[in-house]
Amino acid sequence: MLRYLLNKIALLIPTLVGITICAFAFVRLLPGDPILAMAGEHGVAPARYEELKEKFGYNLPIWQQYARYVGEVATGDFGVSISSKRPVLEEFKTLFPATLELSFFAMVFAMVIGIPAGIFAAVKRGSWFDQSLMGTALVGYSMPIFWWGLLLIIFFSGYLGWTPVSGRIGLQFFFKPITGFMTIDSLLYGKWDAFRSALSHLVLPAIVLGTIPLAVIARQTRSAMLEVLGEDYVRTARAKGLSAARVVGVHALRNALIPVVTTIGLQVGTLLAGAILTETIFAWPGIGKWMVDSIFKRDYVVVQSGLLLIALIVMAVNLIVDVLYAVINPRIRAA
Amino acid sequence: MSQTEIAPMAAGNPDRLTGLKTFWHYFSVNRGAVIGLFVFILLVLAALFAPLLAPYAPDVQDKTAFLRPPAWQAGGSTQFLLGTDPVGRDILSRLLYGARFSLLIGAVVVTLALTGGITLGLLAGYFRGWVDVAIMRVMDLILAFPSLLLALVLVTILGPGLFNAMLAIALVLQPHFARLVRAAVMAEKSREYVVAAKVAGAGHLRLMLATILPNCLAPLIVQGTLSFSNAILEAAALGFLGLGAQPPTPEWGTMLASAREFILRAWWVVTFPGLAILITVLAINLVGDGLRDALDPKLRRS
Repeated sequence: MLRYLLNKIALLIPTLVGITICAFAFVRLLPGDPILAMAGEHGVAPARYEELKEKFGYNLPIWQQYARYVGEVATGDFGVSISSKRPVLEEFKTLFPATLELSFFAMVFAMVIGIPAGIFAAVKRGSWFDQSLMGTALVGYSMPIFWWGLLLIIFFSGYLGWTPVSGRIGLQFFFKPITGFMTIDSLLYGKWDAFRSALSHLVLPAIVLGTIPLAVIARQTRSAMLEVLGEDYVRTARAKGLSAARVVGVHALRNALIPVVTTIGLQVGTLLAGAILTETIFAWPGIGKWMVDSIFKRDYVVVQSGLLLIALIVMAVNLIVDVLYAVINPRIRAA
Repeated sequence: MSQTEIAPMAAGNPDRLTGLKTFWHYFSVNRGAVIGLFVFILLVLAALFAPLLAPYAPDVQDKTAFLRPPAWQAGGSTQFLLGTDPVGRDILSRLLYGARFSLLIGAVVVTLALTGGITLGLLAGYFRGWVDVAIMRVMDLILAFPSLLLALVLVTILGPGLFNAMLAIALVLQPHFARLVRAAVMAEKSREYVVAAKVAGAGHLRLMLATILPNCLAPLIVQGTLSFSNAILEAAALGFLGLGAQPPTPEWGTMLASAREFILRAWWVVTFPGLAILITVLAINLVGDGLRDALDPKLRRS
């Protein structure tokens, strides 16, 4: 197992180096001078320009600049945001929980509906439920989620007036974050009205972000289940006279879930890409909106470090999924 | 849509006409795929004949008709069937012209991604060794970023605009093709017919392009279809974020972006462009499912 893990990590090293090269190259590939780009619309005085060039090491040979950049990143120095003047890592730490909370609830939404629906469709293969579920899943999979979000706002916020249009929580509530999850923090402080406010802000974005994973999970669960239901050991379990619920729920499901777990892990990249759109629509203060805003503000330090941090997260999650997969499925480890 | 036992199509059928017939036989079993194909053909026709079909030019503004609702709603008229946008342009006309952009985006992106992916995949799978390692590590790297984020960053470097957005999306989608081609080439390379061609004196280029590639086509066609719809979605997303096609281009995502502030006042300016995207993407995905059933028995949805 340890060998498997080390092997996996070793394979990631080139990708890791590549990610830092991409982030490093990003600022240098921008049209125009990097210092002027970083200075923004106000520009800089010539003396200050030289000073900055010295400070950021732009007068060094390119490989030394890269080594310097890697050194900074490795020691946790991700630069200072041009627009807010705060360290990028600090901003990231305050915004990331918002994205995490949104993604978590989106995933819960997708799994709670997707897995049972997929199982049921597989068991009732060919029924009207199966057909309409697969049809709906394909619609969900084809959904432009930015439009889906707007539609939900029109209906639930505009027409019914049930949910707020944007943000994470009502402006009247303010408390020091404990976990960074508004829903949990409000409960920890024992503020029910704050909890309700947080939940009502969360529900639409979570549905929007969870829609594509829901479609993917439902389809994947169905096909994994169909495959398993045809296996010998399921037939044996049936022949032993076990109840249909036990055969499906215990014998089949446990094996069918293996590919589903992998699918769920692979949705992390999709979730983060979806978060860019979802957070923009609902003005959700997470890292997706932060990236888009920074692109428009020309805050390239944030874009550069955000790109790096997000890629690192995706990489780490994929590693965890790989390892989990090997834990559940010993055949993988041997390979 | 779940069709049971279909015998796998004979690989490399020498008779082209029967090949096509067999293909259509398996494709048409899938009702959804046929509907998807029909809708897609309608879209192509709409795009081609937009100037004839559209009641107005896409950019002409009627200053007497801002935010007119669609014909069937109170205050609407048959003058503007799907209503008008905040500057008095006919939404139906803009949607028809928009079909041109979406289909163009799909076609250009898939062509670029296919060309790049086939070239890199062939090189990696055929030569192996360091060529393979170098190419595939770069592909892994591209796949390490969430696709929309990478496209956003690339557009930031290249500058916003439809063409740059297409380039960025093609680059992001391209690794899927490279991986597919590489795997297929590696599987085919040691087959007898390839060895036979090699012994007969075929050069590297001939072996790669004329001998091996045609036998990797089925999964490529399926992936190409899925990428076509993906490209449309991603381009619309970039347009929506303001980094794709720029106003007043009647690209559907861009139309949504400029309609955003009116969502609570005029549902139609938001609803129709998004519906157009959904229908297009859904139709292409349906066709993709049908192609997979017909071309690639191994990948077939059970």
